[in-house]
Amino acid sequence: MSVTPQVGEGASGPLLASPAEAIPEASQELVKSDRVGGFVRYLRRNRSLPIGLLMLLSLVLFSVIGSLLVDTERARPLSVMAIQPPSRELPFGSDRQGRDLLAVMIAGTPLTIRIGLIAGLIGVGLGTVLAFVSAYYGGMVDAVVRGLVDVGLTIPGLLVLIILAVTIREGISVNQMALVVACLAWLYPTRVIRAQVLSMRERAWVQVARLSGMSGPEIIVKEMLPNLFPYLAAALVNSVSAAVLASIGLEALGLGPIESPTLGMTVYWVQFNAAVINGWWWWWLEPIAILFILFVGLFLVSLGLDEIANPRLRKTV
Amino acid sequence: MPIDYVLRRVGFFFLILWLAATLNFFIPRLSSQNPVRERMIEQAVLGGYVHAGMDQMVEEYERRFGLDQPLYIQYFRYMGDLLQGDFNYSIANFPRTVREMLAEALPWTIGLLVTTTVLSFILGTLLGAFMGWPRAPVFLQYVLPPLLALHALPYYLFGMVLMYVFAFKAGWFPIFGAYTAGTIPTPSLEFVLDVVRHATLPALSIILVAVGGWALTMRAMVVTIQGEDFITFADAKGLKGKTIFLRYAIRNTMLPQATAFALALGQIVAGGVLVEVVFGYPGIGTVLFAAIRQADWFLIQGAVFTVIVAIGLATLILDLVYPKLDPRITYRRA
Repeated sequence: MSVTPQVGEGASGPLLASPAEAIPEASQELVKSDRVGGFVRYLRRNRSLPIGLLMLLSLVLFSVIGSLLVDTERARPLSVMAIQPPSRELPFGSDRQGRDLLAVMIAGTPLTIRIGLIAGLIGVGLGTVLAFVSAYYGGMVDAVVRGLVDVGLTIPGLLVLIILAVTIREGISVNQMALVVACLAWLYPTRVIRAQVLSMRERAWVQVARLSGMSGPEIIVKEMLPNLFPYLAAALVNSVSAAVLASIGLEALGLGPIESPTLGMTVYWVQFNAAVINGWWWWWLEPIAILFILFVGLFLVSLGLDEIANPRLRKTV
Repeated sequence: MPIDYVLRRVGFFFLILWLAATLNFFIPRLSSQNPVRERMIEQAVLGGYVHAGMDQMVEEYERRFGLDQPLYIQYFRYMGDLLQGDFNYSIANFPRTVREMLAEALPWTIGLLVTTTVLSFILGTLLGAFMGWPRAPVFLQYVLPPLLALHALPYYLFGMVLMYVFAFKAGWFPIFGAYTAGTIPTPSLEFVLDVVRHATLPALSIILVAVGGWALTMRAMVVTIQGEDFITFADAKGLKGKTIFLRYAIRNTMLPQATAFALALGQIVAGGVLVEVVFGYPGIGTVLFAAIRQADWFLIQGAVFTVIVAIGLATLILDLVYPKLDPRITYRRA
C-alpha cells in the first residue's frame, strides 16, 4: 500500500512506463548476482507470501507438535467428560460426545489439509494435462474441453458433489472424500492454465524453439512448464483452498467421514447439537479459528504467488 | 442484439440443464444398488410414519425406475418427467410431492440470495473503486484488510459467529426461522418487519463476507486502468476528476467485473445453502439438509436440479444483458 503515491502519478502518463519496464531487467541482474539475498529482499516487498506461509506453517507445527504431546486417541467420543469449557486439564474443552477438542483439532487439522492437498494436486495435475492438450493441439479437442469447463463452472460444484456423496455415503473415508472433491477440482485450473498456455504459445521463444526443431512434447516440458511454474503454484494453492471449502461444505451437511475428527465434521457436530445457541462457544470457535487461519494463509500465499507470476501487479499492490 | 448470439446463449442454458439432469440420472446408477429400494428399507427399519404408503410407493417407484426396462428407456422416461417438472414424491413426507415442498421453499431462498448477492456486489464494487482512486479518503485504506480477511471464511461459519454474538448473547435478533413461529403470513407491515428482522443476520453473514472479494478485484482494476492512455488523454482534455472516475474508469471496469459476477453465482448459491442451514431459514438449503438427513433421495435430486436451473437462468439473463454493457460483443463472432 506504500506504493499508492506512485499510482497517482500513473495518471500523468507515459513517464511511468519506462521505469516500470526497466525494473524486470534490474531485478534479473540482482537475482543473478545474489540469488538468496535478492529473494529475501523481494520477500520484504511481497509481504503477503511470507506471512501466508508462516500462517500455514503454524498450523503444521500445531498438529505435529500437538500429536507428540497429546494423545490423539482422545479425539474419540467418550474419552473425557462431555461439554467441559476450556480448563487446565482440557485447554480446548470437550464436546457433547466427550471428545477432547484439543485432540480433535490436532488430529483433524492435518486430515482436512490432506483432503485439500490430494484433491488440489489431482485437480491441478489433470487440469495441466487437459490445458496443454487443449491449447497446444486446438481444434475439436479444444472445443470439447472448453465447452466442458464452461458448463462445469456454471453448475455449482457443491451440488454435484452432494449427489455423488449421497450415492456412496456408506462409510466414506477421508481419502475417498478427497477423491469425491477432486472430481470437479480440475475445472478451474484447466481454464486458467489453458489461457496461459495459449498466450505463451505465441511468444517468440516458443516459435524459436519450434523452428530449431524441438518436438511438441519437448517444447511443453522443457520450455513452457518451467515458465508456467508460478501459475501452476498459484493454481495449486487456489485448488487446495477450494477443495477444503468444498469438503467442509459436504461435511457440514453430514456427508463426510462420520468417524473421522476432521474440521468439517466438527462443524457438523456443532450444527447437529446446536452448540451455538446452547452457549458452548469453545466448540464452534476452535474449528472456525483454525479454518480461518488456513483460508487466510492460503489466500495470502496465492496473492503473493500471483504477484510473482504477474509482474504487472508489482507496482500496484 | 444479433439473433445468433441469443440462440447460442439459450443453447448453452439448455446444455446446462441437460448435463445436470443427466448427472442426476447416472451418478446414482453408478453404484450397482437400487437406491430407492435401499432408502425405503432404511426408512422402514427406522420405523414410523411412512409405512402407510409403503406398498404404493414401492410399486410406483418400480414402475418409474422400470428396472426391467433397458437403461435408455429409463433415461428418456426420467427426462420426460423432468420436463413436466415432476420430481416424484418425497420419500420422508410421503403424500407430499417434491415439487410442492420446493415451491414452498424457493421464494425464501430467492429473496435472501438475490438481495444479498446484488447488495454485496454493488457495495463491494463501489468500495473497491474508491479505494483504488488516488483522491479517495484515506480511512478507506484501513477498511480493506479486515474485509479481505473475512472474505476468506465461508459465509456460514461467519454466520455462526454473528449468531452467537447478536442473537444468542445480545438477543437483538431471532435465532431461528424466517418469521416468528405461529404468526400467519399476511401482507401487513408488522409481518414484513418481522421477516426483515429474521433475515438480517443471514443476510449480513453473506454480505460482510462477500464485499471484500468484489472490493479487491475492483480496486486492482481501477488501479491498473489509471495507467491507460485514454485516462491520461481525458485528464489532458481537462475533464473533471468525477467524470473521469465515473465515465472512464468505472465504466470500463464493469465488463470484467460483470463477467466475474456471472462466474461467482454458483459459489455464492452453494454458500447460501449452508447459511440457511445454520439459521434454520426455510429455503431450499434447509430442505436439502433435512432431505440428506432422512435419505430422501428424490427430494435431494429435486432440490439440486432446481438450484441448477435457477443458476442457469440467472447466467442466461446476465449473458443477455452483457451486450448492453459491452457494445463490442455485438460484432464479435466466436
